[in-house]
Amino acid sequence: MTMAGSSRAPIPVVRAGAPEDAVGDLVPTKVTEPSNTEELSLALAGATREGETVAVRGGGTAQDWGPAPRALDLLVDTGKLSWIDHDPGDLVVEAGAGTPVADLYAHLAGEGQRLSYDPVRTGGTVGGTVATGASGPRRLLHGALRDLVIGMTVVRPDGVVARSGGRVVKNVAGYDLAKLHTGGYGTLGAIASVAFRLQPEPPALCLVESEYASGEEADRALAAVRESAIVPSAVEVRAGPGSALTLQVVLEGTHEGLRPRTEEAVQALGAHAHVSRYLPSGWGHRPSKGPLAWLSLPPAESVEAAARLGHRVRVGGCAPRGALHLSWPEGTPPEEIASVLEEVRAQPEWTAQLVRACPDSATTVDRWGQIPGLPLMRAVKDAFDPDHRFAPGRGAGGI
Amino acid sequence: MSLAENETAVALSALVPELRTICGENGVLTDHSQRRTYENDGLAHHREVPGVVVLPTSAEQVAAVVRLCHERGVPFVPRGAGTGLSAGALPRAEGVLLVTSRMRRILEIDIANECAVVEPGVANLDITRAAAPHGYYYAPDPSSQQVCSVGGNVAENSGGAHCLKYGFTVNHVRGLDVVTPAGDLVRLGGKAADAPGYDLIGTFVGSEGTLGVATRVVVNLTRSPEKTVTLLSAFQSMDAGGHAVSSIIGEGVLPSAIEMMDALAIEAAEAAVACDYPAGAAAVLVVELDGPTEEVDAQVEQVERLCAEAGSFETRTASGAQERALIWKGRKSAFAAVGRISPSYIVQDGVVPRTALPEVLRRITELSAESGIRVANVFHAGDGNLHPLVLFDDAEPGAWDRAEEVSAQILDLCVEHGGSITGEHGVGVDKACKMPRMYGPDDLETFDLFRRSLDPEGTANPDKLLPTPRLCGEQPGVRHEVHPLVASGQAEQF
Repeated sequence: MTMAGSSRAPIPVVRAGAPEDAVGDLVPTKVTEPSNTEELSLALAGATREGETVAVRGGGTAQDWGPAPRALDLLVDTGKLSWIDHDPGDLVVEAGAGTPVADLYAHLAGEGQRLSYDPVRTGGTVGGTVATGASGPRRLLHGALRDLVIGMTVVRPDGVVARSGGRVVKNVAGYDLAKLHTGGYGTLGAIASVAFRLQPEPPALCLVESEYASGEEADRALAAVRESAIVPSAVEVRAGPGSALTLQVVLEGTHEGLRPRTEEAVQALGAHAHVSRYLPSGWGHRPSKGPLAWLSLPPAESVEAAARLGHRVRVGGCAPRGALHLSWPEGTPPEEIASVLEEVRAQPEWTAQLVRACPDSATTVDRWGQIPGLPLMRAVKDAFDPDHRFAPGRGAGGI
Repeated sequence: MSLAENETAVALSALVPELRTICGENGVLTDHSQRRTYENDGLAHHREVPGVVVLPTSAEQVAAVVRLCHERGVPFVPRGAGTGLSAGALPRAEGVLLVTSRMRRILEIDIANECAVVEPGVANLDITRAAAPHGYYYAPDPSSQQVCSVGGNVAENSGGAHCLKYGFTVNHVRGLDVVTPAGDLVRLGGKAADAPGYDLIGTFVGSEGTLGVATRVVVNLTRSPEKTVTLLSAFQSMDAGGHAVSSIIGEGVLPSAIEMMDALAIEAAEAAVACDYPAGAAAVLVVELDGPTEEVDAQVEQVERLCAEAGSFETRTASGAQERALIWKGRKSAFAAVGRISPSYIVQDGVVPRTALPEVLRRITELSAESGIRVANVFHAGDGNLHPLVLFDDAEPGAWDRAEEVSAQILDLCVEHGGSITGEHGVGVDKACKMPRMYGPDDLETFDLFRRSLDPEGTANPDKLLPTPRLCGEQPGVRHEVHPLVASGQAEQF
């Protein structure tokens, strides 16, 4: 093992934390903005020597996702870790953690390619997106975010730089540690860069959507989609107080192929289905304000769940994967949120985690419920961050 | 036998009565000739007779066996069907070999939730057989799929010819019951996809039995494609074939498989199965397209055009099952067929970025010319996964060493070009000592840190996946004959 502290590179610049750097109620003592992986490593090795607690910030768009850390001395801003290394011929891109997702997507679009991942919020960075791990609608066909990551460089809490995976899609050498950091909320180290598999942008797309008066009716439509051979890229369900139960189907492919597939989708969704050639703006974004929870359930129960819960709470998400989200208006009483979470957690195989809480519900609502395998997760955390200095308390189960 | 090894051997014999209590009389094999049938997996030249073999029939039995091993400090090695090609299931003389072959119930085919719940010993293809009447299949299709077990697929993160489009085992596992190295039975995920917390399923898949034993697996079922078409296209050079691959992928066509064979591999296949590939071909591509009918039709035209533009002198297109099987016959027979043109050969498994394929293939040709050792190339071209077959005559003194040298140099080429030392066969024992070529000391130390976090005592499949001093003096494996399962007609290898 090489000790990062012995390197000749200069220690990255550190400034005092300001109120706008706060994560939750915590204003960090110091903020550092490393310009490369080596500086990031030096900063974390320094924090280890000083016994400082650390959190990482990308675009700062998800600092209210997950509980605020229990303590925060050093905030690492990844803003300068912004670079794109794209191999168009190999359909692979590697990007620095601080690269804005919008920049990455604009770059890829310039080459007629894309990362087949619908961002779930605006303004995020590559590192923050991966660390929070939530997947968007087109996960149905193209895989969840974790399925698109093929390699990662991470700086461990002790400052050691570690790479896993690589820049080829097919690779089974070594443990796939990137999986732990994808959705790990920065509790096991700081992501320095991520390599993704890409796709050429399909020539044609269409969105077919329809509203339903009842859960049974929508369930029949969903079953018809499942039984068809249209191979949708996304099937989203939506419901909420005062809004209709809706199914949205996204198809992608060639112009020739899309015509009959669209007809078939319309047939499955029902005569009132509406067809559009574009995705609406904000497609895939999860609500940016108010309490937000992820609900995971056996897929066959998605539509019924949306129909039933939709009377109390806004529901959306990928029906055939059983990956839904629940959202409430700001100011919703914590008791109401707790009651919904309790209701869904009572169902066999359902799990629910409160991703974003209101300040007043942060302490009164159980964010996680039961987490299967939590002792194993703690063992992993203890190995990588024995003193629990990295975003302590931010991960699932208060890790 | 060292003092420490002697102590574990004593510990092992003390274990046997307790193992019988757990697994029953006929669930524990101590007889030498019985144990010997498990001395190797598909990579037959790593051999070790296991100290004792257990054949549990339930998750509770697996957990009890592993807990016992944990308490007594006895190593255990999990084994599925034993088809692996990296000696990942190589037994330990002083350890327990835990075989899942008696846990082979398909517990549930759940079409509404598009998943199957199975025990680890279930054969890969049996899931597809059970799902097919409903219009579904299990997508990962390693070449040994008729016999290889789902538990083994989970351990190795198995792929197959069609993983270009459909991904690997890890992309299709939704839930796992796992017996940890401490003997605890833990349920991770299930029919619901996104379990909260760290993605332990994602790291357990592909961990080669070093993090425990899967005792129940929930896998995705995939809707069977409406239409499947297979094309065979012949070229006068490997370069031209490689160019066709690049333009197919570059134009946005995503075939379910793109396979390539060179002249020597074609010659072998012709000799073995008379596959009747176009005469004079220096390279053939097998391209498979599947999906909605109209999409496939459009893409077939596109692929035919791109192959012609790249210099193909003949393209055959087949949509019927029988015609398609005919095209696949040559490709699927290639590994075994090489036995017709060479007494022995080494199967290599390396990956390069697709754009580096022409350069790497040229370098392999040069290596072959310089060393006088023939190399047949058969590979998954779409994802740059090479399977060079390095041919030699083991009756000739020093031939093995020279072949092994060429094989190792090919792996170095893969790493130099930014690729991987294994695309699908795994690291196991065979490539543990090659891990430092691909990863730095800090990367390897980090892998080990993770491993020890879940197996602090080091009893779960020790000496696999990561280099150890004990291991890295040994020689990597070599195949002198056809894979035993292929020979017995139980498996195809390609």
